[in-house]
Amino acid sequence: MSILPLLDIELAALVVMVAFGTIAARTLFAAVVSYVAYGLLLALVWVRLFAPDVALTEAAVGSGVTGVLLITAGKRLVPLRGGLPQAKVGRGLKLAAGLVAVLATAVLSVAIALLPDPAPSLAPQAAAAAAGPGAGLGNPITAVLISYRSFDTMLEKVVLILAVTGVWSIGRSADWGSRPATLGKDASAPPMALLARLLVPLGVVIGVHVFWVGADEPGGAFQSGALLAAMWMVMMMSGLSEPPRIGGRSVRLALIAGPAVFLTVGVAGAVVADGFFAFPRSFAKPLILFVEAVMVLSITVALPLLVAGPPSREAEP
Amino acid sequence: MTTLANIVCIACISGGLFFFLAGTAGLLRFPDALSRLHALAKADNLGLGLVAIGLMFRANTLLVAMKLILIWLLVLVSGSLTAQLIAARVRRVRK
Repeated sequence: MSILPLLDIELAALVVMVAFGTIAARTLFAAVVSYVAYGLLLALVWVRLFAPDVALTEAAVGSGVTGVLLITAGKRLVPLRGGLPQAKVGRGLKLAAGLVAVLATAVLSVAIALLPDPAPSLAPQAAAAAAGPGAGLGNPITAVLISYRSFDTMLEKVVLILAVTGVWSIGRSADWGSRPATLGKDASAPPMALLARLLVPLGVVIGVHVFWVGADEPGGAFQSGALLAAMWMVMMMSGLSEPPRIGGRSVRLALIAGPAVFLTVGVAGAVVADGFFAFPRSFAKPLILFVEAVMVLSITVALPLLVAGPPSREAEP
Repeated sequence: MTTLANIVCIACISGGLFFFLAGTAGLLRFPDALSRLHALAKADNLGLGLVAIGLMFRANTLLVAMKLILIWLLVLVSGSLTAQLIAARVRRVRK
């Protein structure tokens, strides 16, 4: 008997244990750290399921970016906590929440157990669309993302813009258009500056590489954008770069460029090619790469802006 | 040749795992944050380095081998600098 199934079972058990740890953690910070570990373990699970694309996304977005967002959100909550009335969670509410969770799990388990065989799946259509007209990419995942569920892929970026707008709009009206506060108070810490100088050039190369190989191998726009965004965040945290003024035209253009270009190409597809979001066969690959490149730009700008938070006038020099 | 490569590979990875084990033991057993950091850094630097060198013997192409070294260097840089940042924070809180 091979040792791999045993390791898989161990990995699965570890994921469940860390998930419990996340829920049971006493402090917010411990919960977030546990959640990041959970995301990284989940990425390993995806690797074992032979889905390296999902693993990359889980590690970069599910674990990395979400972890940073949660930590910054937790830090912002600390000064607020004193001024707010502390809500007491009674035993009845806890029991009710637990009951709802157990019920939802039970319903899901029953639904999965009762699935017809073979289970209903869109996979054949997706595979056909990815291999059919408009594709021309070696990585079937990217082909599906761009040419089968292209509308969803475009809307994901719109969701990012909505999130950034939401973050901006919770700032004070007087601060509209100014910079978000500098990230981190350790801005002048020498190790952080050294980290930024060593890591960022390499990280940018790796980010662009992940985008470029995404056409033929595991990788792609979102993973690449998350990596590049992380590099910008390192720059901001080390004080080498300031969060941009949210009123700046270039920031706003970069933010909407991805979905705007994608939508334009999609509408053009209705005129030039076979239909809405269809790509002309002879010109598909360069067009897809162009659309993906602009989306990488939008993701790279959107994620750090989410972390930087609402604009604040004190940050103005 | 393959036997020799396998032996070196297994020796390196076992050595690396020993450092990870020692680092984890230190993380769990050592009394304060600074000595725990000290234990962790050993696991990152030497442990991962030995595992990377061991895996290089199993790499199919030179590019894969170079990528393994790059991963080790990246973890070295981020791991040791993060340890510095945490240590600086610990000192400030203690004062």
